[in-house]
Amino acid sequence: MSEIRNELKYLSSHEWARLEEDGTVTIGISDHAQDALGDVVYVETPEVGNTLAAGDEAGVVESVKAASDIYSPVSGEVVAVNEALEDAPETVNSSPYDDGWFFRIKPSDVKELKNMLDADTYRSESED
Amino acid sequence: MGNRTPLYDTHVAMGGKMVDFGGWDMPLHYGSQLDEHNKVRTDAGMFDVSHMTVVDVDGAEARDYLRYLFANDVAKLDGSPGKALYTGMLNENGGVIDDLIVYLRDPGYRVVVNCATREKDLAWMRKQAEAFAVTLTECPDVAMIAIQGPNAIDKTKQVLGIEWTAAIDALKVFQSVARGGWFVARTGYTGEDGLEIMLPGEDASGFWRALGEAGVAPCGLGARDTLRLEAGMNLYGHEMDDETSPLVANMAWTIAWAPESRDFIGRAVLEQEKADGVKRKLVGLVLEERSVLRAGQQVVVDDSDDRGIITSGTFSPTLGYSIALARVPVTVGYTAQVEIRKKLQPVKVVKPCFVRNGKSII
Repeated sequence: MSEIRNELKYLSSHEWARLEEDGTVTIGISDHAQDALGDVVYVETPEVGNTLAAGDEAGVVESVKAASDIYSPVSGEVVAVNEALEDAPETVNSSPYDDGWFFRIKPSDVKELKNMLDADTYRSESED
Repeated sequence: MGNRTPLYDTHVAMGGKMVDFGGWDMPLHYGSQLDEHNKVRTDAGMFDVSHMTVVDVDGAEARDYLRYLFANDVAKLDGSPGKALYTGMLNENGGVIDDLIVYLRDPGYRVVVNCATREKDLAWMRKQAEAFAVTLTECPDVAMIAIQGPNAIDKTKQVLGIEWTAAIDALKVFQSVARGGWFVARTGYTGEDGLEIMLPGEDASGFWRALGEAGVAPCGLGARDTLRLEAGMNLYGHEMDDETSPLVANMAWTIAWAPESRDFIGRAVLEQEKADGVKRKLVGLVLEERSVLRAGQQVVVDDSDDRGIITSGTFSPTLGYSIALARVPVTVGYTAQVEIRKKLQPVKVVKPCFVRNGKSII
């Protein structure tokens, strides 16, 4: 059974987002997503300084099995990317909610987080 | 619920992630496809391939029937019981109905065909059998386990014990030995040494667990696919199908043209195709960028408007970058480009084989 953390928000396309204390938003993919993809071999993150709109393609995760686009759940400027994934993409499999985060955004409108799914809704969706 | 092999409960108990594969519930992996892949390249792994279809062919005209049915010539097996032959089974247009291995038994033959093509294979074999004095017997109660890797044979011998040691030591590549309902062949689909063992379904679980205790890693269909792709081996429905000639699927070596007097299904069409000049061929592609080649991506070749297509692509765990098999115009040079997410990426063009016995051969 895959882990779904109650304090996070989710997209149906399996990204999660966390509002940090400094006002930035961290984004990654869910445990359910990494499990479905299998062994991750490359992660393409956006560039720091890029501006994204909510719903934009922000990167790609490639596993042995398949490629999957990563969408940004919120609008804003990319302020950090997880460079450790370049040498250790398998971190996405081993620690999807902590060390395996993808990128961090300075949101232009933090209320966009409210458009995301809460943990219970995401749980019932991904159980189907 | 799909069909289940005699090992289904064992897979679930050992943590196998079960998926549908051609109507069968099969393990995709037991945790990490990459770890399983590497275990086969460096030590020993085992695969449940009981979903494959085993058909015994007997009768006075079995040899004549198979010489007509297959593009390779079972006469090459004459006088060598246990020997195996890889061949395509073609339709009248020269397309590939399936690829398979046929073994000479004593008497008769054993044919092992793919599970995804089971129904059409059996229908075709039965139809062609009407003109011959042969009987076809499917063996649904047979389980099949492939043990592959540099230590696979040693570890299997430990499990099977002293009474099998001499028989297995005497096996050359592409030979088999049968005894007491067990059928042990030195064949495989990984590019490593190893065995494929057919055995009664009720013995399968105990044998699988004993192999596991001897240090043979359970491996799923995911690793089976990356291993065969590194080894440059064809997969039905990808490198070949009913519409694809064996001459463009890197299977020309499996066609026995001699003796000219032997007619086989598809022969006339293939001879014409050869005389006209084959237009496409199967090659290997290597991408060293941080991306992965996938089946269906288009291949752009210099000096040709005709695009090629990737038939199978993956990340190669042994090499650390992406590889693919692709059907391209025969004019292809040493480089080409592949369209990945609307961008053209440069690739190297190599022979369709990447890894053998644990080592890169690019």
